[in-house]
Amino acid sequence: MTNSIADIESADVFLITGSNTTENHPVLSSTVKRAVTRRGAGLIVVDPRRIKITQYADKWLRQNLGTDVAWINGLMHVIIAENLYAKEYVERRTVGFDEIQKTVEKFTPDYVEQITGIPANELIEAARMYAAAERGCILYCMGITQHTTGTDNVKSLANLAMLCGNLGIEGGGVNPLRGQNNVQGACDMGGLPDVYSGYQKVIDPAAREKMETAWNVSDLPDKPGLKVTQMIPAAHDGNLKALYIIGENPLVSDPDLNHCEKSLKNLEFFVVQDIFLTETAQLADVVLPSACYAEKDGTFTNTERRVQRVRKAVEPPGQAWNDWKIICEIGTRMGYPMSYENSRQIGEEISQVTPSYAGIRYDRIEYDGIHWPCPTVEHPGTPILHREQFTSGKGVFHAIDFIEPAEAADEDYPMYLTTGRLLYQYHTGTMTMKSDGIMEIAPECFVEISPQDAAKYEVKDGALVTIASRRGSIVARIKISRKAVSGTIFIPFHYAQAAANRLTNSALDPISGIPEYKVCAVKLSKAA
Amino acid sequence: MAEQNMIVINGNEFVFEPGETILEIAQRNNIDIPTLCHLKGATATGACRICVVEVEGARSLVASCAAPAAKNMVVRTGSANVIKARRMVLQLLLSSGNHNCAVCGSGGTNWTEFQLHVHQMDNSEELCPVWGDCRLQELAFRYQVTGEKFEATQTPYPIETANPFIVRDFSRCIQCGRCVQACNEIQVNQAIHFGYRGAATKIIAAGDRPYINSDCVFCGECLQVCPVGALVEKEGRYSVRPWENKKVRTTCSYCGVGCQLYLHVKDNTVVKISGVQDVAPNYGSLCVKGRFGYDFIHSPERLASPLIKENGKFREASWEEALDLVAKRFDEIKADHGPDSFGVLTSARVTNEENYIAQKFARAVLKTNNIDHCARL
Repeated sequence: MTNSIADIESADVFLITGSNTTENHPVLSSTVKRAVTRRGAGLIVVDPRRIKITQYADKWLRQNLGTDVAWINGLMHVIIAENLYAKEYVERRTVGFDEIQKTVEKFTPDYVEQITGIPANELIEAARMYAAAERGCILYCMGITQHTTGTDNVKSLANLAMLCGNLGIEGGGVNPLRGQNNVQGACDMGGLPDVYSGYQKVIDPAAREKMETAWNVSDLPDKPGLKVTQMIPAAHDGNLKALYIIGENPLVSDPDLNHCEKSLKNLEFFVVQDIFLTETAQLADVVLPSACYAEKDGTFTNTERRVQRVRKAVEPPGQAWNDWKIICEIGTRMGYPMSYENSRQIGEEISQVTPSYAGIRYDRIEYDGIHWPCPTVEHPGTPILHREQFTSGKGVFHAIDFIEPAEAADEDYPMYLTTGRLLYQYHTGTMTMKSDGIMEIAPECFVEISPQDAAKYEVKDGALVTIASRRGSIVARIKISRKAVSGTIFIPFHYAQAAANRLTNSALDPISGIPEYKVCAVKLSKAA
Repeated sequence: MAEQNMIVINGNEFVFEPGETILEIAQRNNIDIPTLCHLKGATATGACRICVVEVEGARSLVASCAAPAAKNMVVRTGSANVIKARRMVLQLLLSSGNHNCAVCGSGGTNWTEFQLHVHQMDNSEELCPVWGDCRLQELAFRYQVTGEKFEATQTPYPIETANPFIVRDFSRCIQCGRCVQACNEIQVNQAIHFGYRGAATKIIAAGDRPYINSDCVFCGECLQVCPVGALVEKEGRYSVRPWENKKVRTTCSYCGVGCQLYLHVKDNTVVKISGVQDVAPNYGSLCVKGRFGYDFIHSPERLASPLIKENGKFREASWEEALDLVAKRFDEIKADHGPDSFGVLTSARVTNEENYIAQKFARAVLKTNNIDHCARL
């Protein structure tokens, strides 16, 4: 997030898109709901499903799946045409306005209506509402990113925020809501193929040399490595021989699972380190038991870049160890001594080699966490990014045209499928499905379908149906719901027994490598 | 310079900002005024009247939580009248319902009979589930009162146990309204309200249905703010006693909001989770997963030993054997196929320190940049 969670409560207008906020970030959604119900802030929601947060919205725009660049460009078209943009801000802090003006010119409300299905007048009103806000806050989640045009979608939202002068101010910003407790930290720490901790690039000779000195090694690899969505195909093709997976369950969470399963079985050696024998771990050659969050010390970094303490409360079961200790033991056995007394000592090494974490110390975050960048031990942290200027100087507008999703509905697969999470379950269910109470409320997979589609296919609530795509098929129960829009079904991806990801498309965004989970073509038939 | 806003509390002068209540000024200056219904961050209701104070010139005692300070106001927070009024409020609250802690006798019936009656209604032989963790009990001790002064009244509403997470015991509800405010003004889930009127008043969800059939999303905010034993976790309702637990503060391990929470630990077991008040980012709030989704920690299915697959089946192994095998196979594959034949997937679930170590291992030991995690998935 460019801004902090506390800070978003001071926004005048929210634009929420691709985020089922009340179910996936419930506590954060309360800050939005408080601002709306108690302070009268405006709320625009752009989402195909009638999710709970739409009940609080002044404007709810229901776009066709995968048409986000079109409506965002449409908003910008209206804002520029009606002269509502922040001219002084655009002039002083950004470059590329002329190109963006040219690109959005053709995205008239009528043209956008043809692509997105959003009525022209609704788009105009939403544009005026966002532009009129002194502090406009954009919140988005995987509904924006999990597309073949995910990067385009995010850049388009950044364009919109810059156009209205909403970046670098309190109550504004472009705020991705991160779905996992430490996904921010995993990125910050260099759990990515192209960067060390603090986003220091592996292709940068100076960064490499710095890490070689710090780690006392030579010949650190200089080419960016494979992304997860490239590793699985590489395993399939036999180029990747060994995989070491820590705390992940791709056999439920990856797209096109049938292909994923074949790829993992093709590995020469496969090690999984986890707290449970997950679907993925069952395929491994060696499984290593690790401690869960309640059994270890350390830090997590949340969605607002706040580094917070994790503290050990109970002993791990049996022989389970901390993940870092297991990795260090393997490294040491391979001839590179890795030895730490505790997580605090690792934390100190992180602050030595990571500029954005240089001022983070355990004793500074005992009570309150600190937002990075935090370059020195005196620095108070940075709740709002891009205050005075953007990290790279001026903010660059990226002129982006609309591209269709990778797979369209057709005669053979006439419906669209979109996937997501539920309030009561979490990701692949490794943790939540061990809770009796949660399983009592959300026990099994379902196919959310509109009343119109249910009538068309003559299926009753609770009926078993087969959903098939070009990649696989699953059987699940029908749940007729006004949340669904006609022509599109929704299936939560948590449940391994009826894994939605047997159906999803593994077509990737060319830059981020994210799969298009949010759009694919399927067909529905009554289960035999 | 404009004249400052001054108020006199217990003989001392304090500066205040326009709009501040008497209670806020007192709290800011460490003057203790007891509260029951007051909920930080929500509209003051003045419902319970335990926070009354004497204001010179006022016709009656004033609820300090709802009364804005005025210039030159003279306030006494502990006068005889104030104490008398607070004792009366507590006596009334204690006389109604099943407050079966040691402080509560009940008018007319003897203590033993009352306890037996409560045990029967609650299907338990224990004292109140929040004994020792109850604001009403605490105040009753402080002001040395019992409920015996007034005739006992009973609630007509049975206990509700129809959902897996929260027990609603209307016999212990004092209708302070904190849960209603927490639901509507803090979490804004708008699931519960005051229902009925007068003596029949009840906190209701969706036309007086059980939580499970209402808009309730089991965030448990109501339970966290309940000052008495009306809303208690179903799991360990009578077995989790505050004096037997230690509380360990940590960060939630579900979504990316990073809520601050307490793990309540008894005998090396997490038995309850509560939100940490007054601290960002969640200021005490949690969701159903964070508050109730902790069974996995002590699940019998947890991996407790390294496993090695032989002939398609796993067998348990020692750490020595498993680590030696992994290191040996990694060495062989590195020698045969080169560093880029490896992939490492680290995790958005583990700590920063562990992610750092994982990438260091991939780069410095395996000598590959093939490291990623599930940010995209």
